[in-house]
Amino acid sequence: MESIIETENLSVSFGGHIAVNGVTVEIVKNQFTSIIGPNGAGKTTFFNLLSGQLSPTEGKVLYKGKDITRKSTIERSRMGIGRSFQITNVFPNITVLENVRLAIQSRENVRFQMFRHFTHYKAFKEEAINILDTVLLKDRMDSLAVNLSHGEKRKLEIAMLLALNTELLLLDEPTAGMSLEEVPAILDVIQNIKEDENRTVVLIEHKMEMVLDLSDEIIVLYNGELLAQGNPQEIMENETVQTAYIGGSQNGEHTSEVGTN
Amino acid sequence: MIKKIQRSTWIYLAVAFLLVLLPFFKDERWFLFLMIQVFTFGIFAMSYDLLLGYTGIISFGHAMFFGIGAYSVGIILDRMEASYTSLLIGILVAALLGGLVSFIAGILTLKLKNHFYAMLTLALASMFLFIAEKWRSVTHGSDGFTFRLPELPGPLEDHRNITIYMFCLVMMVLIFFGLRRLTESPLGKILVAIRENEGRVESLGFRIMPYKVIISVISGVVASFAGVLYAISIRFVGTNVFAIDVTLDALLMTIIGGVGTLVGPIIGAGIIEFAHHYLSSLADVHWIFERWIILFGIVYILAVIFFPAGIVGTIKAKLHKRKHRKIEAKQQNADKMAS
Ligand SMILES: Nc1ncnc2c1ncn2[C@@H]1O[C@H](COP(=O)(O)OP(=O)(O)O)[C@@H](O)[C@H]1O
Ligand SMILES: [Mg+2]
Repeated sequence: MESIIETENLSVSFGGHIAVNGVTVEIVKNQFTSIIGPNGAGKTTFFNLLSGQLSPTEGKVLYKGKDITRKSTIERSRMGIGRSFQITNVFPNITVLENVRLAIQSRENVRFQMFRHFTHYKAFKEEAINILDTVLLKDRMDSLAVNLSHGEKRKLEIAMLLALNTELLLLDEPTAGMSLEEVPAILDVIQNIKEDENRTVVLIEHKMEMVLDLSDEIIVLYNGELLAQGNPQEIMENETVQTAYIGGSQNGEHTSEVGTN
Repeated sequence: MIKKIQRSTWIYLAVAFLLVLLPFFKDERWFLFLMIQVFTFGIFAMSYDLLLGYTGIISFGHAMFFGIGAYSVGIILDRMEASYTSLLIGILVAALLGGLVSFIAGILTLKLKNHFYAMLTLALASMFLFIAEKWRSVTHGSDGFTFRLPELPGPLEDHRNITIYMFCLVMMVLIFFGLRRLTESPLGKILVAIRENEGRVESLGFRIMPYKVIISVISGVVASFAGVLYAISIRFVGTNVFAIDVTLDALLMTIIGGVGTLVGPIIGAGIIEFAHHYLSSLADVHWIFERWIILFGIVYILAVIFFPAGIVGTIKAKLHKRKHRKIEAKQQNADKMAS
């Protein structure tokens, strides 16, 4: 199976603290991969290394077999790596619609056009509205992003990522802070991306039912290290995972969920 | 959307038309001169707001471009014969130098944190001030110098002030519409995004540097042209065009009028220039009115407290709220009808 992104012995430390420690994983194209692990395990930091927000102190990142360790965020974004942020990272004082429109503008490579009016690109706006509709944010499209609730900001993050239409999508806890009624719609959106043959999703998520339901492959990080990797069944049966992570904190609860699956 | 744009365009054109008529009703020299100042500083403040309001770049030495423009056209008209060719060369040299200096300042510092650009422009402005003072053979030092303008054709020569008024007004209007298109272009939208969140712009796949340099150069060229108009309007150039006050004026005009808009800086220029005029005539009453810089501080503090978004920003917010209320009311009505 063809890998889309892989890491070799990837490490990064902040001062003395090693946040990601010698992680070697391979993420397979068109598979749905989830990353789980307790808070502070290094999941977000791992994403930062994949998308270029951080440079590793050691190790390599390969995208479609090419070494991209030294490539900038911008280059990686243009190569097809898109991500959403756990700590919301939108443009606060412009409208929700404009946030998404900018992502589409980037995807369509309209970079230095300074003589045309932006409304000349009608299709951008229409598409942005459609995307906002799918993430249930259409009725808020004229609000400034700064005025959105936490959950709404997460939706906007997803909308911007969808707008980029990248081959690889890194989703960092997309449903955190959303109300329970909103989660299914977002799940739907993620499910839709999953079904698209040309896209690969990597999801960081705490909701175990969701992870078990969606994933073809699960990566478990613990204290910055790779604890296990395998399909949901394997992960649930893995003893190290049981004791170190799942069993340790929420004994039995999740194993019973696997049983009901 | 399109309709709204057209309506505002009509309003601006109507105001411009009224300004065209104005000198036929009030043609005292001091008044025309004051209005010309409003136009030139309006252009200058717009160029400042491209950096501050649209892109989030702070410049402490914007006066440098104003001065470069004023000296370029002044020196060339002083050295060469007072012809239209010389004037045109002066304008081109001003634009070229303004663009070049802002390009260099831009590539040197815009990669770094914002205050580097602020400090470098401040340093460069002081350097230009120093050169203007010391290179007496060309600049006539701190005395400054007057220069001659080419003769205007026929009857216009008798109405020189009105002609210059019209020229500056037309230039301001053209630059306003040009910059408005720029700020509403796809590139303009990226500038605002950079102001809002640089890191996010990068993760969308845009590089930051080219945009900052482009807007720095455009701003420099426009500011330089404002300096050209200023020099032409008073037919004199002195070292005061490089003074920090010029930069502070632009800052104040932008903040009072409305950061991140283009009408704002023009309105701000109007307010500041007229305030300047009337306050200095109060100097006989109390010395504080002569100390513009003190008043500047006070006005600045008041503006930040009461109009953090500036005049235009405050009005825009009010209109926005009203629009939303209307939409909500409509929806409520629709809901009532439905039930
Ligand atoms: N920029 C940073 N500077 C210093 N420490 C950091 C930074 N980013 C993350 N860390 C630390 O690295 C560890 C992993 O954090 P993170 O990747 O956010 O965990 P997770 O996403 O799994 O909850 C934590 O101990 C966190 O405090
Ligand atoms: Mg995290």
